[in-house]
Amino acid sequence: MSLLSVSGITKRFGGVVANQNISFRVAPGELVGIIGPNGAGKSTLFDVITGIEWPDAGEIRLEERRLTGLRPDQVSRLGVGRTFQKLRPFQGMTVLENVTVGALQKCRDVAHARREAQEALERVGLGEKADAYARTLSTGQRKRLELARALATRPRLLLLDEVTGGVDQGSIPGLISLIQDLHRAGMSLVVIEHNMRVIMAMAQRIVALHLGEVIADGPPEAVTRDRRVVEAYLGQAYA
Amino acid sequence: MTAEILLQSVISGILMGFVYALIAAGLSLIFGLMEIVNFAHGEFLMLAMFGAFWGWALWSVDPLLSLPLTTLALFVLGVLTYKGIIRWILGGPMLAQIFATFGLAILLRSGAQFLFGVDFHVVRDPWIHGRISLGGLFIGLPQLTASVAALAAFAGLYWFLTHTETGLALQATAQDRQAASLMGINTERMFALGWGIGSACVGVAGSLLAIFFYVFPDVGATFALLAYVTVALGGFGNVPATLLAGVIVGVVEVLGGILINPALKYAIVFLLYLLVVLIRPQGLFGKF
Amino acid sequence: MARWLTGALALLVLLSLPAFVTRPHHRHVLIMILLYAMLAAAWNILAGYCGQISLGHAIFFGLGAYTSTTLVKQAAISPWIGMVAGAVVAVVVSQAIGFPVFRLRGHYFAIATIALGEIVQTLFINWDWIGGARGVFIPIRRPDSLLHLQFHESKQNYYYVALAMFALALLVTRVLERSRAGYYFRAIREDQEAAASLGINVARSKQLAMAISAGLTALGGTFYAQYILFIDPESVLSLSLSILICLVAVLGGVGTLWGPLLGATVLVPLSEGTRVLLGGGGKALDLLIYGGLIVLISVAQPGGLMALWRKGWRRAA
Repeated sequence: MSLLSVSGITKRFGGVVANQNISFRVAPGELVGIIGPNGAGKSTLFDVITGIEWPDAGEIRLEERRLTGLRPDQVSRLGVGRTFQKLRPFQGMTVLENVTVGALQKCRDVAHARREAQEALERVGLGEKADAYARTLSTGQRKRLELARALATRPRLLLLDEVTGGVDQGSIPGLISLIQDLHRAGMSLVVIEHNMRVIMAMAQRIVALHLGEVIADGPPEAVTRDRRVVEAYLGQAYA
Repeated sequence: MTAEILLQSVISGILMGFVYALIAAGLSLIFGLMEIVNFAHGEFLMLAMFGAFWGWALWSVDPLLSLPLTTLALFVLGVLTYKGIIRWILGGPMLAQIFATFGLAILLRSGAQFLFGVDFHVVRDPWIHGRISLGGLFIGLPQLTASVAALAAFAGLYWFLTHTETGLALQATAQDRQAASLMGINTERMFALGWGIGSACVGVAGSLLAIFFYVFPDVGATFALLAYVTVALGGFGNVPATLLAGVIVGVVEVLGGILINPALKYAIVFLLYLLVVLIRPQGLFGKF
Repeated sequence: MARWLTGALALLVLLSLPAFVTRPHHRHVLIMILLYAMLAAAWNILAGYCGQISLGHAIFFGLGAYTSTTLVKQAAISPWIGMVAGAVVAVVVSQAIGFPVFRLRGHYFAIATIALGEIVQTLFINWDWIGGARGVFIPIRRPDSLLHLQFHESKQNYYYVALAMFALALLVTRVLERSRAGYYFRAIREDQEAAASLGINVARSKQLAMAISAGLTALGGTFYAQYILFIDPESVLSLSLSILICLVAVLGGVGTLWGPLLGATVLVPLSEGTRVLLGGGGKALDLLIYGGLIVLISVAQPGGLMALWRKGWRRAA
């Protein structure tokens, strides 16, 4: 049985179709990569899954529960955590406070939530930054912070938008191994990634989007050889 | 209630609506450019009205004659406000953005009170006075003049925004600051210009209002509130839509006054506004 | 530990102030400082912590003042009960208001709250049963009585009531700062979408912040009515009151515990002082200085005086 099932999702903005009849599934414990050139509709898809945008057609389920029509906070409480492509830490709060906000979802006691938040920070390697203000962090550290914040809600499924985007080369291996550790510990993940080498190294399955449609879905090796995927990426940097 | 009184009211509401629209257009232009509401907009209007009044009181210059000068002065005031205050808070917290212009509003209003006192002033015997009768309907000539001139100024602004290179550059900056600056537009200059033009709008409106409205330090407050409502109704940053929104506000104000209760007319306008944003938070014609 | 000590010291100073400040006019200034500090602290919960900048808080102040006054006048009910009733009315109204206006953000929200404030003030001006534009005098009771919250012999007792209310606002803020709701408020202030993605019901949190803020503000309204013994729509429901509340908080530093007191300590004496010096006369010099200060603070130090204070503290340490 699938953990996440996306069936026939269509989302339009005015005349622009961002998602066209998108369907795919995520099995428990799976790490699925989503690739596609800019404007393929990847982030919109995350927004639709997490309730920020409502689809014009189609349905999303987390196991049996229908997610379509729910608000973002309801989706989160059902166990879907996410990060944003454009990073959105709570700038005026400390790193620990940022993560505590996430931890408070499942654990109502503030002191306890702060301990859990500290643990989540250790897990992503930001333990020493706990008392720094979020606005003082580097891009790589902010990515980790957002990850810790989402993790602290104890999700069953994590949606990560652009794990390595905008991060300096030196920090990329650390971020990859962090995600691989999470995956090995049993977390189910959907990861949007631009860097093909990164996604090839991590994902068990890859869903390729182009102009809002799914053009390939399968094991990484098969997807990267797919004629339509190669065409879609022609002219783009094949990192 | 006769049909004539009703018709008469609707017409005076529409006439006033054009003036509201011009005031609101300046506010909307600035908001469209940089997402900042000028909470001192009403005080700028008040200054323009005082400018027109003192021109008349000291040198017997009719407000319509001093209009170009008043407009120019307001343009300069707008640019100075941008250079001196707004530029420094553009990336700042929302609170700073709101209270910087709020503080300016208080400063200007109490400054006017300090210098000119709280008395109501009026320009007596302006060039244009009296009223005309059109098939049994009476229309005040000053109101008619102000309305037509405001409409003309509005049309001029619209033409400037859509048909001149500078106007198009302003619009491009409003659409996408970064893209505009990549296209070689000096966005800093556009911001200053936007503040200049936005303030010049109330320079015109203030001079026009001075020929038939009392001039006093608090006069800006009511007009500013109506302007916020007009802008929010039309959709922030949507300059053309403020024309229709201004007319709606003007008509609702007058009709609310005669049909329900004159004392409640502004409350009725605000209530209408709240009802609209309840259904469409982005305003009637706004895009989110 | 040091923070607790500073707090205890501050409280001790506040408690013993009437012993040193004996002239009625000076005590009046102290009382107004505490009242405005309390109102700014209440506003701060919604605006400073939760990020919803209300410019219509006079609504709640006025509801507090009018509810208790009407109960005193019409049914001779103790203002203490009226105070609670006023808070309840304010909370109920705040929830009804919040439902539509919390869909708006930023400047839109601020403008909608101005419009609401104007509507409520207009309604009260035209509502004859509660005094209309003429206002209401609260019947004078002698001798002094805590039960009737009226003291004519000395302002000292008013001072202590004001102090207790300020302490309550401070306490509520402190408890909130460390509570789950407080974390949620700040998260919403920083980024509403990100907050929702972590499971926060944004609408419900905003309503909660609004309820607490409105309730506390209403308490201040009842106190004002019992202290001044006259209320009218201009003094308790006007836009300028709403703005003054914000100014105190903004000057002191929004989203800080002690900012409201700091702001009030600067603004209230300034306002009272210029009034005495110039004998009023509608010269509005105090407002002139306020306006200038607020522009300066917004441009140069959006964190308010608290931020300056902390900077100085760090430099000294």
